[in-house]
Amino acid sequence: MKAIPRAHPLWLAYILHRLSGLGLALFLPAHFYVLSMALNDAARLDAFLRLTEYPLVKLAEFGLVFLLAVHFFGGLRLLAFEWLPWSAPQKTWAAASLAGAFLISTTFLLRAI
Amino acid sequence: MTSTGPQLSVTVQRGGPGGPGRKQQFDVPAYANQTVLDVVSWIQQNADPTLTYRFACRVGMCGSCAMMVNGVPRWTCRTHVSKVLQDGAIEVGPLRNLPVIKDLAVDMDPFFDKWVSAEAVHHPTARRDDPIVTIDPDAPARVTASAGIECINCAVCYAACDTVANNPDYLGPAALQRAWTLYNDAKDGAQDAILDAVSGKGGCHSCHSMGSCTAYCPNELDPLSAIAGLKRATTRRFFGKGKA
Repeated sequence: MKAIPRAHPLWLAYILHRLSGLGLALFLPAHFYVLSMALNDAARLDAFLRLTEYPLVKLAEFGLVFLLAVHFFGGLRLLAFEWLPWSAPQKTWAAASLAGAFLISTTFLLRAI
Repeated sequence: MTSTGPQLSVTVQRGGPGGPGRKQQFDVPAYANQTVLDVVSWIQQNADPTLTYRFACRVGMCGSCAMMVNGVPRWTCRTHVSKVLQDGAIEVGPLRNLPVIKDLAVDMDPFFDKWVSAEAVHHPTARRDDPIVTIDPDAPARVTASAGIECINCAVCYAACDTVANNPDYLGPAALQRAWTLYNDAKDGAQDAILDAVSGKGGCHSCHSMGSCTAYCPNELDPLSAIAGLKRATTRRFFGKGKA
């Protein structure tokens, strides 16, 4: 595969932040729809929640928590960089946010299986 | 002109303002010490005299020879071929995000117009008969200003920036860094005008902090942090805190 020109760690962090945000934005309407079942049709909600027993759904949950973690830590990194007058190398923060996201999502996966 | 020694395969983007034209391939003799500008000059002097490009000082001071090399903006006079060669080949094109005049020469007007739009021009505080004010080189504001003054206006940051590519109004890293330098300059008398200019549409808040400006600046300056400084300064002013 040909390398992407101009790709560097902070640029990749930006792309990851954008894509994870997009993924979460697409997930939210479905999330609220399922939550609304708790008010309108509890039995249907319980039936739906039984889907979470399937390994594929567990894997999807891992992906979701990864998106949330990566977006959360990426956002913290941006807030810290833009609003605190730090001069620390940005690459370190990008890497640290990624590492934190992996830690949380992997812990979630290990607890789920 | 032919040569029997080792050769480089050089692909050059040709064309004018009408859009990218054809890509033309040249075989150029390879030497032990050779910059990308040397390669482009060899083509123009030995293979195709109609090739248009721009350079002046050849030592990394004038900022006029920047081009895209394998998709990355670089100062070609200080870029050694050995550092960018991919499988014995390099591809050279005009700087991204600027209108092409011909071949490798771009129109720098939009780039410099945005310096003026960002109030990145000196606003004097004294007349020639006034005594010269002493500036402490170690004062924090002066240190911040000094960090950005070695810009050579090469537009590498402007070509590297994806925000510039997607938002034609965005002032760009170089103009904003210059504005930040002047904002911190004790001899500049229009801090409010600078913040007005950089906080509007296409100003510092359009920056997504992806950092390509800092990653590719040939002089190792840090426009990314300068723009973050402007974001803080404009926000502080918005909340009525004035200059910190």
